[in-house]
Amino acid sequence: MKSSIAATIFASCLFVGLPTTTVAGSEDVVVENAWSRASIGINRPGAAYMTLRNTGTDPVTLVGLETPLAMMPDIHETKTDANGVSSMAPAGEIMIPPGESVSLEPGGLHAMLMRLQTKMVEGETFPLTLNFADGGTRTVDVPILGIAARGPEG
Amino acid sequence: MNRRTLLTYGAAIAGVAALTLFIGWWRVDGPGAPEPVAQRPLPLTQMEFQMTDQDGATVGPETLLGNPSMAFFGFTYCPDVCPTTLSDISGWLDDLGDDVADMNVVFITVDPERDTEAAMAEYVSYFHPAIQGWSGTLSETARAAAGFRASYEKVVTEGDDYTMNHTASVFLFDVEGQFAGTVDYHESREFAVPKIRRILTRAEEDTS
Ligand SMILES: [Cu+2]
Repeated sequence: MKSSIAATIFASCLFVGLPTTTVAGSEDVVVENAWSRASIGINRPGAAYMTLRNTGTDPVTLVGLETPLAMMPDIHETKTDANGVSSMAPAGEIMIPPGESVSLEPGGLHAMLMRLQTKMVEGETFPLTLNFADGGTRTVDVPILGIAARGPEG
Repeated sequence: MNRRTLLTYGAAIAGVAALTLFIGWWRVDGPGAPEPVAQRPLPLTQMEFQMTDQDGATVGPETLLGNPSMAFFGFTYCPDVCPTTLSDISGWLDDLGDDVADMNVVFITVDPERDTEAAMAEYVSYFHPAIQGWSGTLSETARAAAGFRASYEKVVTEGDDYTMNHTASVFLFDVEGQFAGTVDYHESREFAVPKIRRILTRAEEDTS
Protein backbone atom coordinates (compact mmCIF):
# COMPACT_ATOMS: atom_id res chain seq x y z
CA MET A 1 0.00 0.00 0.00
CA LYS A 2 2.64 2.48 1.11
CA SER A 3 4.97 1.38 -1.67
CA SER A 4 2.24 1.63 -4.28
CA ILE A 5 1.51 5.21 -3.17
CA ALA A 6 5.22 5.94 -3.31
CA ALA A 7 5.41 4.38 -6.75
CA THR A 8 2.46 6.45 -7.94
CA ILE A 9 3.97 9.63 -6.54
CA PHE A 10 7.33 8.75 -8.03
CA ALA A 11 5.71 8.01 -11.41
CA SER A 12 3.74 11.27 -11.40
CA CYS A 13 6.86 13.19 -10.44
CA LEU A 14 8.70 11.65 -13.35
CA PHE A 15 5.77 12.59 -15.55
CA VAL A 16 5.79 16.25 -14.58
CA GLY A 17 9.57 16.20 -14.31
CA LEU A 18 9.81 17.33 -10.67
CA PRO A 19 12.47 16.12 -8.24
CA THR A 20 11.02 13.61 -5.75
CA THR A 21 12.07 15.75 -2.77
CA THR A 22 9.13 18.07 -3.37
CA VAL A 23 6.79 15.40 -1.92
CA ALA A 24 8.14 16.35 1.50
CA GLY A 25 5.88 16.69 4.52
CA SER A 26 8.37 16.72 7.34
CA GLU A 27 8.45 20.54 7.41
CA ASP A 28 4.90 20.24 8.81
CA VAL A 29 6.08 18.34 11.89
CA VAL A 30 5.94 20.28 15.15
CA VAL A 31 8.06 18.95 18.02
CA GLU A 32 6.73 19.71 21.50
CA ASN A 33 7.60 19.00 25.13
CA ALA A 34 11.01 17.47 24.51
CA TRP A 35 12.83 16.37 27.67
CA SER A 36 15.35 13.85 28.97
CA ARG A 37 16.89 12.79 32.26
CA ALA A 38 20.37 13.51 33.51
CA SER A 39 22.78 10.57 33.39
CA ILE A 40 25.19 9.09 35.91
CA GLY A 41 28.44 9.16 33.95
CA ILE A 42 28.47 7.92 30.37
CA ASN A 43 28.21 4.14 30.74
CA ARG A 44 24.45 3.96 31.03
CA PRO A 45 22.20 4.70 28.05
CA GLY A 46 19.94 7.74 28.19
CA ALA A 47 16.42 8.29 26.88
CA ALA A 48 14.63 11.33 25.49
CA TYR A 49 10.93 11.99 25.09
CA MET A 50 8.79 14.40 23.02
CA THR A 51 5.58 14.73 21.06
CA LEU A 52 5.69 14.88 17.26
CA ARG A 53 2.66 16.55 15.71
CA ASN A 54 2.04 16.32 11.98
CA THR A 55 0.20 19.53 11.00
CA GLY A 56 0.36 18.73 7.29
CA THR A 57 -1.88 16.79 4.93
CA ASP A 58 0.54 13.93 4.15
CA PRO A 59 1.77 11.14 6.40
CA VAL A 60 5.30 11.70 7.67
CA THR A 61 7.68 8.92 8.68
CA LEU A 62 10.46 9.27 11.24
CA VAL A 63 13.27 6.94 10.17
CA GLY A 64 16.21 7.73 12.42
CA LEU A 65 18.03 9.95 14.89
CA GLU A 66 21.40 11.65 15.12
CA THR A 67 23.06 13.49 17.97
CA PRO A 68 26.61 14.42 18.98
CA LEU A 69 25.62 13.23 22.48
CA ALA A 70 25.42 9.52 21.62
CA MET A 71 27.08 7.25 19.07
CA MET A 72 24.05 5.01 18.67
CA PRO A 73 20.75 6.84 19.00
CA ASP A 74 17.71 4.82 18.02
CA ILE A 75 13.95 4.85 18.42
CA HIS A 76 12.95 2.20 20.95
CA GLU A 77 9.69 0.92 22.28
CA THR A 78 9.05 -0.46 25.76
CA LYS A 79 6.34 -3.08 26.06
CA THR A 80 4.88 -4.66 29.20
CA ASP A 81 3.21 -8.06 28.75
CA ALA A 82 0.28 -9.65 30.61
CA ASN A 83 2.66 -11.02 33.25
CA GLY A 84 4.01 -7.55 33.99
CA VAL A 85 7.37 -8.21 32.28
CA SER A 86 8.79 -5.14 30.52
CA SER A 87 11.11 -5.33 27.54
CA MET A 88 12.57 -2.80 25.15
CA ALA A 89 13.36 -3.16 21.44
CA PRO A 90 14.07 -0.99 18.36
CA ALA A 91 10.73 0.35 17.12
CA GLY A 92 11.68 0.75 13.45
CA GLU A 93 10.11 3.57 11.47
CA ILE A 94 7.38 5.68 13.07
CA MET A 95 4.60 6.93 10.78
CA ILE A 96 2.68 10.01 11.89
CA PRO A 97 -0.64 10.32 10.02
CA PRO A 98 -1.69 13.80 8.86
CA GLY A 99 -3.29 15.82 11.65
CA GLU A 100 -2.14 13.37 14.31
CA SER A 101 0.54 13.17 16.99
CA VAL A 102 2.90 10.47 18.15
CA SER A 103 4.19 10.68 21.71
CA LEU A 104 7.56 9.45 22.84
CA GLU A 105 6.88 9.01 26.55
CA PRO A 106 7.96 6.84 29.52
CA GLY A 107 6.83 3.23 29.12
CA GLY A 108 6.27 3.54 25.37
CA LEU A 109 8.35 4.98 22.56
CA HIS A 110 11.60 6.73 23.44
CA ALA A 111 14.68 8.09 21.78
CA MET A 112 17.25 5.64 23.16
CA LEU A 113 20.67 7.26 23.49
CA MET A 114 23.24 4.47 23.46
CA ARG A 115 27.01 5.02 23.83
CA LEU A 116 26.89 8.44 25.41
CA GLN A 117 29.83 10.62 24.44
CA THR A 118 29.32 13.06 27.28
CA LYS A 119 27.49 13.01 30.58
CA MET A 120 23.94 14.37 30.48
CA VAL A 121 23.97 17.24 32.97
CA GLU A 122 20.80 18.60 34.56
CA GLY A 123 20.01 22.11 33.31
CA GLU A 124 21.81 21.70 29.99
CA THR A 125 20.34 20.83 26.60
CA PHE A 126 21.57 18.73 23.70
CA PRO A 127 20.70 18.80 19.98
CA LEU A 128 18.79 15.79 18.60
CA THR A 129 18.22 15.54 14.86
CA LEU A 130 15.17 13.68 13.60
CA ASN A 131 15.54 12.18 10.12
CA PHE A 132 12.40 11.71 8.06
CA ALA A 133 11.69 9.41 5.13
CA ASP A 134 11.29 12.35 2.73
CA GLY A 135 14.87 13.39 3.38
CA GLY A 136 13.85 16.24 5.66
CA THR A 137 15.47 16.72 9.05
CA ARG A 138 14.54 18.59 12.19
CA THR A 139 16.91 19.42 15.02
CA VAL A 140 15.50 19.97 18.50
CA ASP A 141 17.25 21.17 21.61
CA VAL A 142 16.30 18.67 24.29
CA PRO A 143 16.36 19.98 27.88
CA ILE A 144 18.06 17.70 30.39
CA LEU A 145 16.05 17.47 33.62
CA GLY A 146 16.87 15.68 36.87
CA ILE A 147 17.34 11.89 37.07
CA ALA A 148 14.01 11.59 38.89
CA ALA A 149 12.06 13.74 36.39
CA ARG A 150 8.62 12.40 35.53
CA GLY A 151 7.76 14.56 32.53
CA PRO A 152 8.61 17.73 30.59
CA GLU A 153 7.77 19.82 33.68
CA GLY A 154 10.21 17.92 35.87
CA MET B 1 -42.98 -42.68 25.19
CA ASN B 2 -42.05 -46.12 26.59
CA ARG B 3 -39.63 -46.81 29.35
CA ARG B 4 -36.78 -47.65 27.02
CA THR B 5 -37.05 -44.34 25.18
CA LEU B 6 -37.07 -42.52 28.52
CA LEU B 7 -33.87 -44.31 29.53
CA THR B 8 -32.24 -43.40 26.25
CA TYR B 9 -33.19 -39.72 26.73
CA GLY B 10 -31.96 -39.82 30.30
CA ALA B 11 -28.64 -41.26 29.23
CA ALA B 12 -28.32 -38.69 26.49
CA ILE B 13 -29.02 -35.81 28.89
CA ALA B 14 -26.56 -37.20 31.42
CA GLY B 15 -24.04 -37.58 28.61
CA VAL B 16 -24.49 -33.97 27.49
CA ALA B 17 -24.18 -32.77 31.08
CA ALA B 18 -20.98 -34.76 31.57
CA LEU B 19 -19.58 -33.44 28.32
CA THR B 20 -20.42 -29.86 29.31
CA LEU B 21 -18.66 -30.33 32.65
CA PHE B 22 -15.70 -31.87 30.89
CA ILE B 23 -15.44 -28.99 28.41
CA GLY B 24 -15.71 -26.54 31.29
CA TRP B 25 -12.91 -28.29 33.17
CA TRP B 26 -10.79 -28.47 30.02
CA ARG B 27 -11.05 -24.74 29.43
CA VAL B 28 -10.74 -23.53 33.01
CA ASP B 29 -8.40 -25.95 34.79
CA GLY B 30 -7.43 -28.55 32.22
CA PRO B 31 -4.95 -28.53 29.35
CA GLY B 32 -7.10 -25.99 27.49
CA ALA B 33 -6.73 -23.39 30.25
CA PRO B 34 -5.22 -20.03 29.23
CA GLU B 35 -1.56 -19.43 30.13
CA PRO B 36 -1.45 -18.66 33.86
CA VAL B 37 -1.11 -14.95 34.54
CA ALA B 38 1.72 -14.07 36.93
CA GLN B 39 1.55 -16.11 40.14
CA ARG B 40 1.28 -14.47 43.54
CA PRO B 41 4.58 -13.88 45.34
CA LEU B 42 5.24 -16.06 48.39
CA PRO B 43 4.83 -14.49 51.83
CA LEU B 44 8.13 -12.86 52.86
CA THR B 45 8.37 -15.42 55.69
CA GLN B 46 8.69 -18.21 53.11
CA MET B 47 11.29 -16.50 50.93
CA GLU B 48 14.98 -17.19 51.33
CA PHE B 49 17.71 -14.98 49.92
CA GLN B 50 20.53 -12.76 51.14
CA MET B 51 21.62 -9.43 49.67
CA THR B 52 23.49 -6.26 50.53
CA ASP B 53 21.81 -2.89 50.83
CA GLN B 54 23.16 0.49 49.70
CA ASP B 55 24.93 0.95 53.04
CA GLY B 56 26.62 -2.43 52.98
CA ALA B 57 24.29 -4.12 55.47
CA THR B 58 23.27 -7.75 54.97
CA VAL B 59 19.58 -7.90 54.22
CA GLY B 60 16.93 -10.43 53.24
CA PRO B 61 13.17 -10.95 53.30
CA GLU B 62 13.19 -11.16 57.12
CA THR B 63 14.57 -7.58 57.23
CA LEU B 64 11.22 -6.39 55.89
CA LEU B 65 9.00 -7.98 58.53
CA GLY B 66 7.39 -5.71 61.11
CA ASN B 67 6.63 -2.88 58.70
CA PRO B 68 4.63 -2.74 55.49
CA SER B 69 6.81 -3.12 52.40
CA MET B 70 6.98 -2.27 48.76
CA ALA B 71 9.49 -4.15 46.58
CA PHE B 72 10.29 -4.14 42.88
CA PHE B 73 12.93 -5.37 40.45
CA GLY B 74 14.99 -3.40 37.94
CA PHE B 75 18.53 -2.37 37.01
CA THR B 76 20.34 0.95 36.90
CA TYR B 77 21.36 0.68 33.23
CA CYS B 78 17.66 0.81 32.36
CA PRO B 79 16.91 4.16 30.67
CA ASP B 80 13.11 4.09 30.58
CA VAL B 81 11.13 1.72 32.81
CA CYS B 82 13.28 1.83 35.96
CA PRO B 83 13.77 5.59 36.37
CA THR B 84 10.06 5.95 35.61
CA THR B 85 9.13 3.41 38.31
CA LEU B 86 11.50 4.99 40.83
CA SER B 87 10.20 8.48 40.14
CA ASP B 88 6.58 7.26 40.19
CA ILE B 89 7.23 5.67 43.59
CA SER B 90 8.98 8.82 44.82
CA GLY B 91 5.84 10.76 43.85
CA TRP B 92 3.55 8.31 45.69
CA LEU B 93 5.75 8.53 48.77
CA ASP B 94 5.67 12.34 48.63
CA ASP B 95 1.86 12.16 48.50
CA LEU B 96 1.73 9.81 51.50
CA GLY B 97 4.05 12.10 53.47
CA ASP B 98 4.82 11.14 57.06
CA ASP B 99 2.59 8.06 56.83
CA VAL B 100 5.37 6.20 55.00
CA ALA B 101 8.03 6.87 57.62
CA ASP B 102 8.21 3.21 58.63
CA MET B 103 7.56 1.67 55.26
CA ASN B 104 10.25 -0.46 53.56
CA VAL B 105 10.72 0.48 49.92
CA VAL B 106 13.17 -1.80 48.15
CA PHE B 107 14.59 -1.71 44.65
CA ILE B 108 16.24 -5.08 43.89
CA THR B 109 18.64 -5.25 40.94
CA VAL B 110 18.34 -8.04 38.37
CA ASP B 111 21.76 -7.04 36.99
CA PRO B 112 24.19 -7.48 39.90
CA GLU B 113 27.14 -7.81 37.49
CA ARG B 114 26.92 -4.09 36.75
CA ASP B 115 24.88 -2.94 39.75
CA THR B 116 27.40 -3.18 42.53
CA GLU B 117 26.61 -1.99 46.03
CA ALA B 118 28.23 1.40 45.18
CA ALA B 119 26.28 1.74 41.93
CA MET B 120 23.01 1.00 43.74
CA ALA B 121 23.87 3.49 46.50
CA GLU B 122 24.50 6.29 44.02
CA TYR B 123 21.44 5.48 41.93
CA VAL B 124 18.90 5.39 44.75
CA SER B 125 20.32 8.61 46.21
CA TYR B 126 18.65 10.54 43.37
CA PHE B 127 15.17 9.38 44.39
CA HIS B 128 12.97 9.48 47.54
CA PRO B 129 15.18 8.88 50.62
CA ALA B 130 13.00 5.93 51.71
CA ILE B 131 14.04 3.90 48.63
CA GLN B 132 16.71 1.28 49.36
CA GLY B 133 18.81 -0.50 46.73
CA TRP B 134 19.58 -4.19 47.21
CA SER B 135 22.06 -6.25 45.21
CA GLY B 136 23.20 -9.84 45.59
CA THR B 137 25.12 -12.53 43.78
CA LEU B 138 23.64 -14.00 40.60
CA SER B 139 22.31 -17.02 42.50
CA GLU B 140 20.82 -14.95 45.35
CA THR B 141 19.19 -12.71 42.73
CA ALA B 142 17.62 -15.79 41.16
CA ARG B 143 16.39 -16.98 44.58
CA ALA B 144 14.85 -13.57 45.31
CA ALA B 145 13.08 -13.40 41.95
CA ALA B 146 11.76 -16.94 42.45
CA GLY B 147 10.22 -15.96 45.79
CA PHE B 148 8.51 -12.93 44.31
CA ARG B 149 7.50 -15.02 41.24
CA ALA B 150 9.25 -12.31 39.22
CA SER B 151 11.15 -13.04 36.05
CA TYR B 152 14.12 -11.47 34.31
CA GLU B 153 16.28 -12.24 31.32
CA LYS B 154 19.50 -10.85 29.88
CA VAL B 155 19.09 -9.74 26.28
CA VAL B 156 22.12 -9.00 24.10
CA THR B 157 21.79 -5.78 22.09
CA GLU B 158 23.76 -4.13 19.28
CA GLY B 159 27.39 -3.40 19.93
CA ASP B 160 28.13 -6.17 22.46
CA ASP B 161 25.91 -4.55 25.05
CA TYR B 162 22.99 -6.02 26.93
CA THR B 163 19.74 -5.02 28.54
CA MET B 164 17.45 -6.86 30.96
CA ASN B 165 13.80 -7.76 30.46
CA HIS B 166 12.19 -7.93 33.88
CA THR B 167 8.97 -7.89 35.88
CA ALA B 168 8.15 -4.22 36.37
CA SER B 169 5.30 -4.52 38.89
CA VAL B 170 5.64 -3.20 42.42
CA PHE B 171 4.81 -5.83 45.09
CA LEU B 172 3.11 -4.83 48.34
CA PHE B 173 3.39 -6.75 51.62
CA ASP B 174 1.78 -6.17 54.99
CA VAL B 175 3.62 -6.01 58.36
CA GLU B 176 3.49 -9.81 58.70
CA GLY B 177 5.01 -10.26 55.27
CA GLN B 178 1.81 -11.43 53.60
CA PHE B 179 1.51 -10.46 49.96
CA ALA B 180 -1.00 -7.58 49.73
CA GLY B 181 -1.23 -6.83 46.02
CA THR B 182 0.70 -5.27 43.18
CA VAL B 183 0.88 -1.86 41.61
CA ASP B 184 1.38 -2.36 37.88
CA TYR B 185 4.06 -0.60 35.94
CA HIS B 186 3.30 3.10 35.48
CA GLU B 187 -0.10 2.76 37.19
CA SER B 188 -1.55 6.20 37.80
CA ARG B 189 -1.15 7.85 41.16
CA GLU B 190 -4.90 7.90 41.84
CA PHE B 191 -4.90 4.07 41.88
CA ALA B 192 -1.47 3.46 43.36
CA VAL B 193 -1.68 5.73 46.39
CA PRO B 194 -4.91 4.20 47.84
CA LYS B 195 -3.43 0.69 47.44
CA ILE B 196 -0.39 1.69 49.46
CA ARG B 197 -2.50 3.56 52.00
CA ARG B 198 -4.49 0.36 52.55
CA ILE B 199 -1.46 -1.64 53.74
CA LEU B 200 -0.36 1.32 55.85
CA THR B 201 -3.71 1.64 57.64
CA ARG B 202 -3.79 -2.12 58.17
CA ALA B 203 -0.40 -1.79 59.86
CA GLU B 204 -1.78 0.92 62.17
CA GLU B 205 -4.81 -1.19 63.11
CA ASP B 206 -2.50 -4.09 63.96
CA THR B 207 -0.33 -2.04 66.29
CA SER B 208 -3.14 -0.12 68.05
CU1 LIG C 1 15.45 1.78 24.91
